[in-house]
Amino acid sequence: MKKKSPTPAFKAQRLPKCPTGIQGLDEITGGGLPRQRPTLVCGSAGCGKTLLAAEFLVRGAMQFDEPGVFMAFEETESELKANVASLGFDLDTLIDRKKILLDYVHIEQGDTQESGDYDLEGLFVRLGHAIDSIGAKRVVLDTLEVLFASLPNEAILRSELRRLFRWLKEKGVTAVITAERGREQLTRHGLEEYVSDCVILLDHRINDQIATRHLRVVKYRGAMHGTNEFPFLIGDEGISVLPITSLSLNHKVSAERIATGIPRLDAMLGGRGFFRGSSILLTGTPGTGKTIIAANFAQAAALRGERVLFFSFEESPDQIIRNMHSIGLRLDPLVKRGLLRFHSARPSLYGLEMHLATMFKEIAAFKPHVVVVDPITSLMSSGTDSEGKGMVTRLIDYLKAGLVTSLFTSLTQGGHALQQSEAAMSSLMDSWILLQDYEGNGERNRVLYVLKARGMAHSNQIREFLISNHGIDLVDAYIGPGGVLTGSARAAQHSLEKAAVLASQQEAAQLKREVERKHGALEYKISGLRSDYETEAAELRRIAEQVGTRTFVLGTERDASGILRQADVKASAFAPAKPIHTKIKV
Amino acid sequence: MKTKRPRSPAGAAPPVAAPPRGASGNKKIRLRLYVAGATTRSRNAVVRIRNLCENELAGRCDLKVIDIYQQPELARLNQIVATPTLIKEMPRPVRRYIGNLADIIDLLSGLDLDLEAKVAA
Repeated sequence: MKKKSPTPAFKAQRLPKCPTGIQGLDEITGGGLPRQRPTLVCGSAGCGKTLLAAEFLVRGAMQFDEPGVFMAFEETESELKANVASLGFDLDTLIDRKKILLDYVHIEQGDTQESGDYDLEGLFVRLGHAIDSIGAKRVVLDTLEVLFASLPNEAILRSELRRLFRWLKEKGVTAVITAERGREQLTRHGLEEYVSDCVILLDHRINDQIATRHLRVVKYRGAMHGTNEFPFLIGDEGISVLPITSLSLNHKVSAERIATGIPRLDAMLGGRGFFRGSSILLTGTPGTGKTIIAANFAQAAALRGERVLFFSFEESPDQIIRNMHSIGLRLDPLVKRGLLRFHSARPSLYGLEMHLATMFKEIAAFKPHVVVVDPITSLMSSGTDSEGKGMVTRLIDYLKAGLVTSLFTSLTQGGHALQQSEAAMSSLMDSWILLQDYEGNGERNRVLYVLKARGMAHSNQIREFLISNHGIDLVDAYIGPGGVLTGSARAAQHSLEKAAVLASQQEAAQLKREVERKHGALEYKISGLRSDYETEAAELRRIAEQVGTRTFVLGTERDASGILRQADVKASAFAPAKPIHTKIKV
Repeated sequence: MKTKRPRSPAGAAPPVAAPPRGASGNKKIRLRLYVAGATTRSRNAVVRIRNLCENELAGRCDLKVIDIYQQPELARLNQIVATPTLIKEMPRPVRRYIGNLADIIDLLSGLDLDLEAKVAA
């Protein structure tokens, strides 16, 4: 075996990385583990070290065409195969195709004795032989610390381990070394002092009786990496780390609008409903009709021929179908046609990240157009606030990336604090509809309003929300001096207004009659006046005639007197004297 | 676990031990010494085990020295981690000895052979 001093890897370019293929881990580490260097994965018992290492190897062989050697110190080959098979990996095929080589290293403690000086060249030879026989690029050593128990001479072991890590680098393999978590240091036997490039810490914590696994990149020399603790889970398809901070906001968006199933609600949302692919939050106190609106939305989508996935964390599918039937929503035919699928689970069934993984899996399998989560709050309560928010962020992100419209109902405790408590989640939502109870006049009534709707003109009005046998109806709420009027108060106000209208109508009719009467009276007066006038006019004519006659008579008399006085001969010649007598007689 | 231990393939390497002689021939002690190359450590171990076979255990040893550089697959087959490793395959139980075999007395007791060795001596 050649013993070269390690060549310093000073290169101007960025550290080459070896993608693990493990969901989320490559995002955190910015592309994978440091290529051709050893990485230490440490954690306490049962936190998934071996599985992480195995998945690194299997994915390398399957996805990146990098064969790998698994050197197991704890588990036998058959045990390991069985364990990995639980993640859906078929090791046998990979071994047959010479993509993976398993080597179980076993040191029988009871029948081994030391005598004098030795080295671990046997291990080196085995590893070297394994690497060369399949052209391995990846190596897993799980767990080297077993050696500390089997080989009493720690001085030899330590110097040999140091040599091993150096040798691995020289071999140019990307190695994952697992180690048990120590009490005061990262690993029980201080293996971290040999591995200087990358250290990943796994952790399995129990919070409120729900266990959650976490992963943290403690150290990654020469590369940017997420330093946070990320929840991760071991599912049917391997490990998936759930990075929250690495999410980016670059979704495609759709301008298409989809109806809510409640025409009046569509009208409040600019007349056309929600945007496709948007996220909708529906908050309300208990019994305000969140599930009903959600079911309406689901039904409307399914009737359009879209696939709807309904996650229910409070009711069983049958219960929802029955309850919705009572208000005239028939969901069961949609379920039968395969357009609507329910997924019910108790929130406390398992941890938050497991729920998330299950949801992802369901979504990936069903490929829905619309996803309803009812309610998101009970799900969030199974983790801490930040975990819950992280989960919702990730879920929304996942759905938006696939242009899936999502509706989340959220149960609040009433009062105005609800808006604050939801503030964290609401910032992730595109539309927010609030359902509220209005108490007064000895009754409770439901009201609904649109708190926000990104990218659309929306109504600012409060609508009363009625649930009947025929479904949902939204009616205008009355705004009176005492606030919003709902229920019977609204009805009373309604009849009051009706009466007022009637009264004013009657008043107008009366006024009309009055005017008509006045008009009649005036007409009558006018006709009286006219007859007066005509009488007077007749009188006037009579007088005028009398005046004319008198004038004539006077003239005649003057002529007559003139004749008598012999004043004018000529005049008398023109005026005969005879007719004068006749005229006077008239 | 002892039943799971893979057997050393017979005849993989030519026997180095002295030919069997005497009545104790049926009580062969099968020894396999795995070394890694011709290092000082290896040579020390080889010399010491040969001395043992030729003197204390004369005539009863079936010794093979295997260089795992030459036959790396045997290292895997026989679970060799440290070198040199001496495996006493017969008589049962199987015993392993790691190191350059500096202490022969320890070695004898470790191999559970001291009694037999004394008897033979």
